[in-house]
Amino acid sequence: MSDVIFIAAIALKSSIAVLLAAIGEIFTERSGVLNLGVEGMMLIGAMTGFIIGYTTGSPLLAFSGAMAAGALLALIHAVLCVHLQANQVISGLAVTILGTGLSSFIGRPFIGRVGIRIETLSSDWISAVPLLGPILSQQTAIAIMALVLAPLAGYVLMHTSFGLNIRASGEDPKATDAAGVSVTAYRYGCTVFGGMMAGLAGAYLSLVYTPGWKENMAGGQGWIAIAMVIFSSWKPVRALLGALIFGGLNALQFYFQATGLELIPAYILRLLPYLMTLFILFTATAMGKKTAGATPASLGKPFYRED
Amino acid sequence: MKSVCIEKKSHTRQTWGSTLAVSTLPALVIGAVIFQAAGVSSFRAYAVMLEGAFGNWYAFSEVLVKAIPLMFTGLAVALAARMALWNIGCEGQLVFGGIFAAGVALFFHDCIPDSLMIPILCSAGFAGGALWALIPALMKACWNVNEIISTLMFNYIAVIIMEHLYFGPWRDPMGRGFPGTAMLDPTAWLPRFFQTRIHLGLLIALAAAAAVYVSLSRLTWGYRINVIGKSPKAAGYAHIKFTRQTIVVLLISGGLAGLAGMSEVCGIHLRLQQGVAVGYGYDGIIIAFLARLNPLAVPVIAVFLGGLIVGGDQLQSALHLPSSISQILEGTMLMAIAAGNFFAAYRIKWLRSNP
Repeated sequence: MSDVIFIAAIALKSSIAVLLAAIGEIFTERSGVLNLGVEGMMLIGAMTGFIIGYTTGSPLLAFSGAMAAGALLALIHAVLCVHLQANQVISGLAVTILGTGLSSFIGRPFIGRVGIRIETLSSDWISAVPLLGPILSQQTAIAIMALVLAPLAGYVLMHTSFGLNIRASGEDPKATDAAGVSVTAYRYGCTVFGGMMAGLAGAYLSLVYTPGWKENMAGGQGWIAIAMVIFSSWKPVRALLGALIFGGLNALQFYFQATGLELIPAYILRLLPYLMTLFILFTATAMGKKTAGATPASLGKPFYRED
Repeated sequence: MKSVCIEKKSHTRQTWGSTLAVSTLPALVIGAVIFQAAGVSSFRAYAVMLEGAFGNWYAFSEVLVKAIPLMFTGLAVALAARMALWNIGCEGQLVFGGIFAAGVALFFHDCIPDSLMIPILCSAGFAGGALWALIPALMKACWNVNEIISTLMFNYIAVIIMEHLYFGPWRDPMGRGFPGTAMLDPTAWLPRFFQTRIHLGLLIALAAAAAVYVSLSRLTWGYRINVIGKSPKAAGYAHIKFTRQTIVVLLISGGLAGLAGMSEVCGIHLRLQQGVAVGYGYDGIIIAFLARLNPLAVPVIAVFLGGLIVGGDQLQSALHLPSSISQILEGTMLMAIAAGNFFAAYRIKWLRSNP
């Protein structure tokens, strides 16, 4: 029993960064902007969050700083894609390369330093929650926030007029514009929101998941988040499911390492998250007919008024 | 009173030369800001980079050495992009080209005649890279699975497999724990020239650039690729087989990246070890778009980017600045390329309103 709780707690802990980044990217893509810079924004967030936490000791400042840093990179992408009608794939890749380079340049003096620790909840009333209590009590407040955010984001996107405007910008910007909604504003807003979430996800990595700063510490989680967006058919709650599968595979890896069981060679375990992402991407695209219909119709296409 | 208006130009003309110039400028400015922020005079930093890359014959020979794998990966990305395919997986294909070449050299060097060794290594490297592109190619061609993410996932997988090989079953038993395979048999070393590390890979890369150029601009096959890339709809009317061409192009693209791995393993490292996967696959993206997907421009741009990388390494040894500055400059250049299309297509006009 305690093994099950151990695995479940680590699975949840491992899924949070992918979940946060995926929720952000869902908003970005729903508004019609494809941002492949998630990995870079995550790294910038991880580096900024760690350094601010290390120098000020304040978790709040660390997380907000990380969000601001991610938002700043996303803003560059928004300017390029919305105003300058740039190729969104190239611009997104550039964001990833720039984010990777900047984070490793600025963060280098901080490699190996011990930063702040974020406390787990472990209060009495959470431990008392039936079934989930022992799992949730090993999480941090930010993880709980991410879990609440998923259904909330889904509600905002699908059931509010604000969400309708976002989706309309990504489906048919011309009609949306004609209806008096500023496509430009929504696309900027959603892209920047995506950057904030990716930055937060990065800070989660460097402050909670594997405390400390290391070059390239996101290890592809930004890309996995983008795959989860496709898997989720652009729905935040389904992204939670995808993130949990990813987290579960990571937890298995930890479990086998911790217990010393050599049922599966270590390198195969390291491969699993990437193989699973490929498999999920494949099934979501090839098997699911829903995905094709769920893709925002104007995703990746610039919109401009011909005055 | 003045106001601005954005006007569409009647025609646009962009060459790789202008792209290079226009994208280097903002990168240099951003770099200067970063140098100043790091407390180093930007003039001194750029002087160190320039001197370190082009200051003497040995430095320049190292630039050419770096340019060899970059030529292959640049060609790989450019070929796929001609068909509007994104091969972001060159890094993994490079690794697998290296694994295949190392495998042949380590385990079969006894049964291969010396004169056939290098052609067989080239084939093995090409096959390894192509194999690593096969699954993303099939997934894209048959089920339209996003090739950006699938090729990228295979990068991570390839690196993990390579590490497993040189930490595990392929580790040099005499290496006293050194993470790497045994040194390859000398028959598998690519010949070097001029007492530098410049090796045969340079000639192979130049030949590959010429071959890609000829195929794209002189052969019916290349014409088909260009049609699919420019207008998939027109390609459909012309009964060009999208599925088959997707697979063929991605396999060749992967094979080219595989040659980069072969040339690194057999020309530079002479074994499979840490340092084979250092991001040349990702650099290929920047090279391809700086070259405006022109295969003949790829070698020139690869030398330019090789200079940037060697210069960045010099900053590390001379001024103790992290060499990742070259990555920052690359990212900025790619952004400038993305923005550049807009400035090539539109002009900003100052309007003077009459009182």
